[in-house]
Amino acid sequence: MSERQIQLEVLRYNPETDSAPRFQTYEVPCLNEWVVLDALNYVKDHLDPTVSYRWSCHMAVCGSCGMMVNGEPKLACKAFIHEYGDQIRVEPLANFPIERDLVTVVDDFIGKLASVKPYLIPKEDKPVSAGEYKQSPAELKTFKQYTLCINCMLCYAACPQYGLVPDFIGPAAISLAHRYNQDSRDGGREQRQEVIASHDGVWECSFVGACSEVCPKHVDPASALQQVKVASTIDWYKEHLMPWMKK
Amino acid sequence: MTVAKSNKPIVWGPFAAGGTITAFVTPVLVLLTLFAALGFVPSLLTYENLHAIAANWLGKLVIFGFILLSLWHAAHRLRVTLHDFGIRADTWVAIAVYFIASLGTVATIFYLLRIS
Repeated sequence: MSERQIQLEVLRYNPETDSAPRFQTYEVPCLNEWVVLDALNYVKDHLDPTVSYRWSCHMAVCGSCGMMVNGEPKLACKAFIHEYGDQIRVEPLANFPIERDLVTVVDDFIGKLASVKPYLIPKEDKPVSAGEYKQSPAELKTFKQYTLCINCMLCYAACPQYGLVPDFIGPAAISLAHRYNQDSRDGGREQRQEVIASHDGVWECSFVGACSEVCPKHVDPASALQQVKVASTIDWYKEHLMPWMKK
Repeated sequence: MTVAKSNKPIVWGPFAAGGTITAFVTPVLVLLTLFAALGFVPSLLTYENLHAIAANWLGKLVIFGFILLSLWHAAHRLRVTLHDFGIRADTWVAIAVYFIASLGTVATIFYLLRIS
């Protein structure tokens, strides 16, 4: 276990008292095996208890500790110190307003997530006595990777479109809508299409692909969005060229 | 919440088709052109054969479709890329790229019709 001294530059900002964000540098004695979150915890425990940031699980499951590490959206618990030089700069996730220091205001994302109804809307209601809803491994495979999303919002921080067009529903929410649309037990696609096939829905995506590059769970949101585009295009032609075909 | 579904599929369909063509056909054309430049012309792709394809109305239609979709794709992709880079003059960018694509399309029609 080798020790290393790093300079951790942390963005500090309290919107209630500060006129502008600034950087504060801390000298942190790190073990090379540490992640950036360990360094932040060291600062909080030993150097400056006023630093604010979100974290919980320390194992890339909860999705709380998303932040910009040297300008790239990362989970602080998955960004290893040994992959960086002696100067590491941490900032709150890009494209979100700052609540305090590294904590962002995520209401916009939470609202969009709720708007796409990311839960199972059963095709048919049946009593418990009728047994379980069955699904084959092949049916599961069509959406399994999209279930791995942990709502960490790294994809929103990476997406240039979300930065330019704040109304864009965005990668994670549309991927989750797609996850339920693809589910053989689900019947809620029509309701979700009202949101994601709108102009601010999937059509604001310009297929930059940054969402998939930064995703810590390899969800590949870009692939979900392209599939939604194809499906919505087929819908459009069905609705306009074959209006007598009621599904 | 009820929002109108977008009509974007009308422009996205040809855009996606153009992207597929650009990804799969253009590299082949580049490679064949390079071979031709180096003097390796497969017998199937001699001038006479290619001329015969372009002289046939079905051949003209296929060539026209390929060029139209590729140009439309390139124009739209360039417009969106510039937007991603933060260039906010979308109207001017759109006019410029679609104008160039239209010019290419008209030129394609003109030159295709001259081949007989």
